[in-house]
Amino acid sequence: MIVHATNSTPDLHVQIGTLKLDNPVMTASGTFGYGAEFAGLLDLSRLGAIIVKGISLKPRAGNPPPRIVETACGMLNAIGLENVGLERFLVEKMPYLRQCGTRVIVNILGDTVAEYAQLAGRLAGVAGVDALEVNISCPNVDKGGVAFGAVPEMAAAVVRAVKEHAGQPVIVKLSPNVTDVALMARAVEDAGADAVSLINTLIGMAIDIHARRPKLANRTGGLSGPAVKPVALRMVWQVAQAVRIPVIGIGGIATAEDALEFVLAGASAVQVGTANFYNPRAAEEIIDGISAYLGQYQEPSLAAIVGTLRHD
Amino acid sequence: MPEFQKNYTVRRVEHFEANIVRLSLDASDIAAVARPGQFVMVACGTGQDPLLRRPFSIHSRYPDGGIQLLLRVVGRGTAMLAETAVGQQISLVGPLGKGFGIPPDGEVCLVGGGIGCAPLFFLAQWLVEQGVFPLVLLGAGSAGEHAALVPGLRDLGCAVHVSTDDGSLGHHGFVTDLLPALSGKVQKVYACGPVPMMAAVARFCGDRIACEVSLETHMACGLGACLGCAIPIPGRTDAYRHVCKHGPVFQATEVVWP
Repeated sequence: MIVHATNSTPDLHVQIGTLKLDNPVMTASGTFGYGAEFAGLLDLSRLGAIIVKGISLKPRAGNPPPRIVETACGMLNAIGLENVGLERFLVEKMPYLRQCGTRVIVNILGDTVAEYAQLAGRLAGVAGVDALEVNISCPNVDKGGVAFGAVPEMAAAVVRAVKEHAGQPVIVKLSPNVTDVALMARAVEDAGADAVSLINTLIGMAIDIHARRPKLANRTGGLSGPAVKPVALRMVWQVAQAVRIPVIGIGGIATAEDALEFVLAGASAVQVGTANFYNPRAAEEIIDGISAYLGQYQEPSLAAIVGTLRHD
Repeated sequence: MPEFQKNYTVRRVEHFEANIVRLSLDASDIAAVARPGQFVMVACGTGQDPLLRRPFSIHSRYPDGGIQLLLRVVGRGTAMLAETAVGQQISLVGPLGKGFGIPPDGEVCLVGGGIGCAPLFFLAQWLVEQGVFPLVLLGAGSAGEHAALVPGLRDLGCAVHVSTDDGSLGHHGFVTDLLPALSGKVQKVYACGPVPMMAAVARFCGDRIACEVSLETHMACGLGACLGCAIPIPGRTDAYRHVCKHGPVFQATEVVWP
């Protein structure tokens, strides 16, 4: 078959279950607030989707400070899942998100399977919520989900409960702090997940040698930023070969080149996380860069290059 | 309030004693909308290490339409900024945060310590524009550290009293030692500097004198997204405030002092 080069703008759209995104670039949960925080610095309507800060049933205060520390080409955070809680989210944050002109994905977290189910049920009929992302992997709070993300059966139980109550496509965000991430991905796929996103942060630590104390009040925290990109890429590549559902790549993506590495490794879409902190325009720049790359190689669409990594 | 993410050209670099550096940038758009006490997030270099921008309060709005930053070299990021040459570009995001509140009728006093004095110059400029000439109390390690601020403040028409830790200029001791001599007519104190200094100012003001303080913390974004700059709220354990959004300027009564 001859593929004719096209001068028109490449087709960037992405299909995740019943959810259609105009382009593959989303902002990662916990790095983009509830959208409004960035409205003065970039055009929110250009984003593929906004994934909001993880929401729990009740508000959470989060961890005591210090909560963040910079590391080589990255940062550690131990925010502790601070969030406004479901009710305030619906009343205070959703009206703004609804009129942003982009897709809104709500990241949810709970202490029990029942809490995840309740969150999914409450969000099922909410206008403007286009998908759920289930956080089974946040490493920061003792009961914050690490058990769900580390044990295939527990992760599957959460996903089944969420799927049973959800009215929207369900993305499951995987933890890298496991022995076999592909095994986890298959477990949540079998439980009905519509897509997986990975990686969440890698658990790390930093020490003040003069005080002889951990630099974070929580002692350990999640590592993110360019430092984690090679690990994330390897995991996305492994998972893309292990599952049939769409894979969303996350981990140190700061440029279009970074995003394209994930796409070639098998990611249908990507999330920009820590880069939002130091370059609030990163997501927009990445969308433009992906378009330019597809044009350069005369590819008609993003979908045409997903997982086209050569092994010869 | 408009926000900008842009590269700005460095117009002037001044080096002072004690590793203090003042950068003048052609950020006239930021200068046009910024309020004293607001800050900018500054990229240190163009690479990925150091990764995060550093928050700096706006030190002054200078006459030909730009802003100045006053910083002390304390680590790798500030060392890179200190090596900036005239004509180079620096990426800023801002202006961000909540600035100082309007002055009351009556006398006002500014109290600053160390490099924390930085935003007080912009505040003094703003007050003087409104016809309010504040009394300024400044503390530093030694005489040389006062060179960046004191002449400019006196040029504005402010009365300035200084202290030094080593006695090389003004009062030998803490700047807070100068507080009891304040006129009873002082209606409001604006303070910025080390936490123990601000705590002493807050104690002195109590509920008699309005007191605003500008806090410093580590921040990843400065935008209210990372939630890294949390500080406790007096009398509450169920929530934190964030320095970047709720501050960096707070009423002294809103802060948990050590």
